[in-house]
Parts: sequence; structure tokens; C-alpha cells
Amino acid sequence: MEAKTWKNPVIGWIDSRLPIFTMMQHDLVDYPTPKNLNYWWNFGSLAGIVLVIMIATGVVLAMHYTPHVDYAFESVERIMRDVNYGWLLRYLHMNGASMFFIVVYIHMFRGLYYGSYKSPREILWILGVFILLAMMATAFMGYVLPWGQMSFWGATVITNLFSAIPLVGEYIVTWLWGGFSVDNATLNRFFSLHYLMPFVIFALVFLHLVALHTSKSNNPLGIDVKGPQDTIPFTPYYTVKDMFGLGVFLLVYLGFVFFSPNFFGEPDNYIKANPMVTPAHIVPEWYFLPFYAILRAITFDLFWGLIPAKLLGVLAMFGSIIVLVFLPWLDRSPVRSARFRPLYKQFFWIFLAVCFLLGYVGAKPAEGIWIPIGQAATAYYFIHFLVILPLLGFIERPRPLPASISAPVTPAGAGIPARSAAE
Amino acid sequence: MKTKLLAAALAAFAWTQPAAASSGAPKPPTLDWSFDGLFGTFDRAQLQRGYQVYAEVCHSCHALKFMAFRNLEQIGFTPEQIVTLATQFEVQDGPNDEGEMFTRAAKAADHMPSPFPNEKAARFANNGAYPPDQSLIVEARVGGPDYIYGLLVGYRDPAPEGFQLQDGMYYNDYFPGHQIAMAPPLSDGRVEYADGTDATLDQQAKDITAFLTWVAEPNLEERKRLGVTVMLFLIVFTAMLYALKRHIWSDVDH
Repeated sequence: MEAKTWKNPVIGWIDSRLPIFTMMQHDLVDYPTPKNLNYWWNFGSLAGIVLVIMIATGVVLAMHYTPHVDYAFESVERIMRDVNYGWLLRYLHMNGASMFFIVVYIHMFRGLYYGSYKSPREILWILGVFILLAMMATAFMGYVLPWGQMSFWGATVITNLFSAIPLVGEYIVTWLWGGFSVDNATLNRFFSLHYLMPFVIFALVFLHLVALHTSKSNNPLGIDVKGPQDTIPFTPYYTVKDMFGLGVFLLVYLGFVFFSPNFFGEPDNYIKANPMVTPAHIVPEWYFLPFYAILRAITFDLFWGLIPAKLLGVLAMFGSIIVLVFLPWLDRSPVRSARFRPLYKQFFWIFLAVCFLLGYVGAKPAEGIWIPIGQAATAYYFIHFLVILPLLGFIERPRPLPASISAPVTPAGAGIPARSAAE
Repeated sequence: MKTKLLAAALAAFAWTQPAAASSGAPKPPTLDWSFDGLFGTFDRAQLQRGYQVYAEVCHSCHALKFMAFRNLEQIGFTPEQIVTLATQFEVQDGPNDEGEMFTRAAKAADHMPSPFPNEKAARFANNGAYPPDQSLIVEARVGGPDYIYGLLVGYRDPAPEGFQLQDGMYYNDYFPGHQIAMAPPLSDGRVEYADGTDATLDQQAKDITAFLTWVAEPNLEERKRLGVTVMLFLIVFTAMLYALKRHIWSDVDH
């Protein structure tokens, strides 16, 4: 980071002692970005913006919320009715959670398609997996706070998963609850942790960005940047592109907030939590459904009951995310982008379809045909990572890679009109 | 007595089941509500009629704890009318200077008092069934207003041939499991509307459903109105950003 002279003496004075302006110049303005990024690359910055929206709305909501089993549900309704624009804050926060997952899932599948997890971006990817895990914990605890029927029963089902741990499971569950059932102590600690976790996510996002700006952005061709002719400065090119993407995203997000705010919710959560009445179908929020399907897919014990089905289901569920950590080493192909991987490209789309199928199965009652379908989809999920990806590295004949990012646009650097070549 | 309690317990349980999950419950008819759509608004006269149905019929069993009398100004009642409406209800207050709880007429700032002091009293008076609070009932049921309307007009007496109806229960087309502990609450002429509207069963069911939709989400109109403004702004703003993006990127070969 070479020192820069600042015109404004105040900025210069601060910057020579704490180089925040140099850092901003370096990472938000000059940051050399491949010039061929498509709109799938908008979702990283969108996720960051959604995180800020969630923290901002959440901080204000917390000013009006009461984390007590007798008042939590009522305090949320007070926010909806008596707090100025409380309904807007809550709907923004509630739908923001769904939007956060939509954006992050798209961001992840973009990474999968273009091989963004491969060397030298392994740590960047792994930090992303940790962010996903932290987001899931945050979202789960946040859903408990309104203390509706699904809040309570969702919390009961998910915390009970830890009872599957051999020997100490029951003790761990009691420790998590702070008592002998999901109760006031549980609600209090979930509120505390729900306020803490976003800042953990924020720190992880910061590290994610440090890693990104060290190894630089991948691009749709998946080839390395060969020189300055392949990149453009982040500002103004990608700032304006991200702003445009943000506008489109806000149209979708606020469309739900203003015109169908309960679209992603469960009607049952407008009934106050009642430990004496179990809902007929306990379903998690939509973004957990694929993992819920994996959890419920294991209906059989292993090794003559030595590993009971419940423990196996819990292991499979956590395993489905942990396997992502090892993805950079499971995928043996040196080629990043699926554009040049004819076989992987097809398996990518099959995998995406299987994830949707898992989500669909997760929303269905665990009975009849849905059990074998869920089991087959779960098996495929793991086969994709543990068998198909390693094998593809050996079987697949990738298509020839272009010489550089600039090459497909202006072959051999000749002055061919860029637009006609690209479009 | 045992079967009655069991039936009531089942009925109470059934309330919490999403309609979609129940076997063979027909989908309630889809109605054309004034508050549907992007520009939907409430019909003030209808909400006022709905309030009358609630106060004269539903309130004998169902609470409406999230509605304060002052909120009625939103649906077109004047502050004077609200004072009159509130005084028709009694609320508990206190303790007074002598340490005693006492009852007094409700004021505009009070919330609608519950018809029963507690759940046990409510169950005792209703054959063991617990009439749920109606403040959020429209949002808490799959199908929303269509379901509430369907439920109110969906009673069938006698029950279809071969259906085993338990003692003290009623057959309803749209209630999950079809057995409901609530007797048909509305019938033609059950209330006499202050505005002279013909109080058919259909009319009353529509009015109370619209009223309960407003109670469930009193900010619905403001939400949609603000939404239209925000969307129009965003469409223009995003289009301008797109033009700006095209302009800035025009010197890049990509």
C-alpha cells in the first residue's frame, strides 16, 4: 500500500497516523477487479448490504422487544401496532432473513458453478461456510424470539437434536435450555446470542473480504488475471453495477415487505407459544428445509443399533454443511469455471435440482413416498461431493481455456469492436 | 363428561392445525375483498358493521386483546362515538387508595376486555373448549380471511350421512376435521345493523371477517400506500442507475 498524498490536510493528517483513507482508496476504489464479471457477482455485496439492514432494523427492534415468555409475543404485537413504523421495521427484519438466505445461497451456487473455491481461494470459501453456519444459528435463534407456536416447537425440535449425542446428550440439552424444557431461560439466552451473532458474522465477513482482496476475485472464465488489461478499478465500474443490482434487489425485497409480508412465514407463528399444544406439522423456515430433509432421511440404525437413526440424522445434517469445508480438495479438476467443464456443468445442474428437491421434501410430512425420495436425494447430495467431484477430475476432458480475460473479447488484442464480440 | 372433555380437547387442538394439513377439508371459497391487491383499502362502513357483529355476538366468548378502543378512530368512529362504545364494556382497575380492585366503564385508552377472567373460566363456560383470542385469527389461519368467512358460513346441520359427530360438536365444511365446538354463531338477522344494511348471514360473515382482518393488521392500508410510493421511486431510481451503469461502462471492452 503505497502512501498517497491527500489534498485535504485534515484527511492527510489522519491518514498518516491511521491509514483508513488509504485503505478505503485501496480496497473500495482502486481494487483491481476482472472486467468480465457477470451479474451473479452482485450477490456478495448484496449479502453484505442485507447484513447491515438486518443489524440496523434489529437494533431498533431490540429497543422495543421484551424477552420474556409472558410478554415476548405481546411485545412483538406492540411493535406492530403502537411503535412508529414498527410494522415496517419488523417486516423488513422478518423478510430480510429470507432475503439474506436467498442472496447467500445464490452467492454460494455461483461459487460452485465458477469454481471460486479452488486454489488460491480455499480459505475465502471456508470462511464463507463459517458465515453460513453463523447465519443459520442466528436465524434459528431469531425465529424463536416472537414466541409463537413455531418458535417454541421449532426450538424444542432443534435443541432436542443434541440429545442424540451419546452419553452426554441429555445433559447438553438441559444446559442449552437452562432448565428442563424450552422456557424463559432459553428465550433469554437466545435473545442475547441473537444480538451477539450478527457481530460475529460481521467479523467473519471482514476476514472474508481480506481473503478476497488478497487472492482477488474469480471471474466467469475461471482463469487468472494476466495483467492490468484484464482488470478495471472497482470504483466506479463495480460500485455503479452493484448499486444497480441493489435497486433490482430492493424491488423484490420491498415488494414482499409491502405487499406480501407474511409470504415466507407460517400462520401458526401468529399463535402464542403453548407448551401444551403441539402443532400438527412442525416445519422450519424455508431456508432450513433441505437440511431438515437430510435430518429426517435417516430412518434406520447403523451397526445393529450402535449408532441410532437420530444420531445418524444429526450427523448427516451437520455433515451436509461440513462437507463444504473440504470441497476445495474434493474437486480435483484444475479448471475452475464450469464453462470449460462439460461434465461438471451437467452435474452442477443436477445437484442444484437435488437441493430444490430436498427443500420440497423437507416441507412434506415424513411419510409414504417422501421418505425414499428424501433418502435418495440425501444420498445423491453426499455422492455429488464425495464421489462425483473427485472422479470428474480424472474422467473429464475440459475444453481449452482462453489465453486471457481480454482474449475472448479482443482476440490477440486486436481492435475488434468489443460489443459485437461480447454480445 | 369424559367424551365431552376429550372432544373439546380435540377441538382445541384442531384449532392449531393448518387447514392444508387436514385430510379432505375442502378449500374455502375465494372472495373478492376490498383490501386485496396492491391498492386494497378497507371499507370503513363494513368495518364498523363488523365491529358491531363482534361486540354483539363474538364478544360473548372471544377476546380481542390487541385492539384498544382508541384504535376504532382508524375505522371512522368519532372520538365521541368511541367514548360511548367503550362505556358499554367494563374493565378491572385498581388497586384504589383502599387497596381494592374495582371495575369501571372502559375508556378509549383501554383494550377490549376479555369476556372471561382466565382460560379455565372460558373453558368451563364453553363445554371445555377454549374460544381463541381473535386479534390475530386472520393471520394465524391458513387461508386467512377466506377461511374465516368459509368457517362462519360453512356449518351443516344435520352432518353429512355417515359422519360420526360427537356430542356437543357441530359439523363445519371448512374446519380441519369438520368437528367444531363453536355453535353456529351467525344467522340471518342475528344483529340489526345501525346503518340499515340487510343483516344476512353472508353479509355478517363478510363484515366480521373484514373487521378481524383490520384488527389483525391495522396498518395494512398504510403499508400498501407506502409500498406503492416506494416501488415507483425504486423503479425510476433503478432505471437511472442502469443508464448510469451503461454510461460508465461504455469505455470498457467486456
